[in-house]
Amino acid sequence: MTETQKNSIVTEPRGPKPRKIMSRRNIILYGTLLVVAIYYLIPLYVMIVTSLKGMPEIRLGNIFSPPVEVTFEPWIKAWSQACTGLNCDGLSRGFWNSVQITLPSVIVSIAIASVNGYALANWRFKGANLFFTILIFGAFIPYQIMIYPLVILLRDLGIYTKLPGLILIHSIFGMPILTLLFRNYFTTIPEELFKAARVDGARFWGIYFRVMMPMSLPIFVVAIIMQVTGIWNDFLFGVIYTKPDTYPMTVQLNNIVNSVQGVKEYNVNMAATLLTGLVPLTIYFISGKLFVRGIAAGAVKG
Amino acid sequence: MNSIEIKDLSLNFGNVKVLKDLNLSVEKGEFLVLLGASGCGKSTLLNCIAGLLEINEGQIFINNQNVTWYEPSERGIGMVFQSYALYPQMSVKGNLTFSLKNAKLSKEDIEERVKNASEILQIEDLLDRKPAALSGGQRQRVAIGRALVRDVEVFLFDEPLSNLDAKLRTELRVEIKRLHQKLDNTMIYVTHDQIEAMTLANRIAIMRDGLILQLDKPKTIYNYPVNKYVAEFIGSPSMNFLKGKIVPNKIPVFKLEGGWCETPDLSNYKFKEDIKEERQIWLGVRPESIVVGDEAEKFPVKFNLEAEVVEPMGADTLVWSQIGGQEFHFIVDGNSTINSGDSLRVGFDPVHSSIFDLDSEDRL
Repeated sequence: MTETQKNSIVTEPRGPKPRKIMSRRNIILYGTLLVVAIYYLIPLYVMIVTSLKGMPEIRLGNIFSPPVEVTFEPWIKAWSQACTGLNCDGLSRGFWNSVQITLPSVIVSIAIASVNGYALANWRFKGANLFFTILIFGAFIPYQIMIYPLVILLRDLGIYTKLPGLILIHSIFGMPILTLLFRNYFTTIPEELFKAARVDGARFWGIYFRVMMPMSLPIFVVAIIMQVTGIWNDFLFGVIYTKPDTYPMTVQLNNIVNSVQGVKEYNVNMAATLLTGLVPLTIYFISGKLFVRGIAAGAVKG
Repeated sequence: MNSIEIKDLSLNFGNVKVLKDLNLSVEKGEFLVLLGASGCGKSTLLNCIAGLLEINEGQIFINNQNVTWYEPSERGIGMVFQSYALYPQMSVKGNLTFSLKNAKLSKEDIEERVKNASEILQIEDLLDRKPAALSGGQRQRVAIGRALVRDVEVFLFDEPLSNLDAKLRTELRVEIKRLHQKLDNTMIYVTHDQIEAMTLANRIAIMRDGLILQLDKPKTIYNYPVNKYVAEFIGSPSMNFLKGKIVPNKIPVFKLEGGWCETPDLSNYKFKEDIKEERQIWLGVRPESIVVGDEAEKFPVKFNLEAEVVEPMGADTLVWSQIGGQEFHFIVDGNSTINSGDSLRVGFDPVHSSIFDLDSEDRL
């Protein structure tokens, strides 16, 4: 290549337009993003750092400084030794209670709501609109109104303060929003597909399991994330419909953090809080991509 | 023997009457096309036959069996949809075998049927692919295959070619006709494309507002449309309509509104009944039955006009003009040298025209 040719390539516009990385637009855009990200991450940073310090170090008061001596003692204490009331077996009991509450609630509510949504979207049975309206109306009734009647109901059923009672409550309260979610998703699936399946001899359940469900992975993921985080983070129902033996993790966390006796063990409290938040956090990280896809898919058509 | 018989079928969506007291019988092995503009109820009728919509009144017989209350899968029909409606998570083979598995057929039987259908439709190489990896034409072929494997008496097509591009549409149209000739099944085909209708059908049913306006052989519909709507719908470019009146002298004579034409002799036209008094009419003439130049002299009706716009289309040339302030267009040979602004002499034989009452728009 001769010297003149080289020059002509440099001077004459050709190919993609070069862009400056440090343009004013980029600086403002990424600068803002960075500041906001730091703003949201600072509390998490403080929590992690504090949970890895010993109590003498915390008393020095430098909450932003990294731990001089890293210790996992607070985490172990929060998990298996922290006291709530007379029990001193830490958060582990609450964790297993929460697992036993969340898993069945998620499965039951999604199983029922997805079939509801499918029936409402595809099988326009008589009274479908009325049923749907009532269900959606249910989503707008304040929880407080239903708390006491439900206490009586659960007592009469003999499952008040027991785990199945709380599972039932979570399944019912998840129903309106989940049904709406599934119905909206199923209406976006072309109707001709449903018709084709009927001509091909599939019935209600055949179409649901073999045509609709395999096409609906994203919306199932959305529902699972919504329910797992919602039920795991629930405090109100947990504190009302259980007793100390059956407290979910959130309630136990509150009792540990808010206990007024003795010294405030900030490191243990931080560790306990992080432990409690770990489950929803993990789920977000694992399924973030699918979650976004599902949210977008469910939002297209109402 | 009739393959499909529909008696007094009515369907309402709420207060809207979508199909009104419809009667229709289709012979075994016939290819019937339901043709109409969108919203005329043609797809709805097809869905009723398939059993996908519950009807309000009437009866449906398929193979002399009253299937009015049958499930779609029990009616002995196969259906092909506009959007192909292939199950996206299943392979082509999965799509073909879905109905057979639902019917609990034996494995050997299923294999055999899939083999036959895929041979006929030339999709043997595609059996393991997912629908997403197929082209539009291949997808529609698989969709036809899904109806084919079920070994049914009646095929229902719901605008199967509308989603394809023009070239593929022509190819698949021929293929569907070939398939019909080979299988000799009864086929009902819904379309809004008059060319598909003309080329495929043994008989065409033209629908409007939930009613069948005319049910006849394609040529009969083309030559003797029962009303102005049908005449307008069939034929491309569409028919000319000249507004005017008939004056019954010794012979019926046409008087063009706002203009004049020489020897407007309509005595060739076969009126349904004699015209005894003056009547306002539409005189419908197909652009392709108009003759230009010296030859025009031979025809009973002739007049002079000026070419306004000339559109060469290859084989033909379409000339747009006016007569007495009314739009008038006609087709001449593709090699013709007519330019816009030329004065022309044109003529036609009333035998090839259609005359409609101005108000009722029914054929006279």
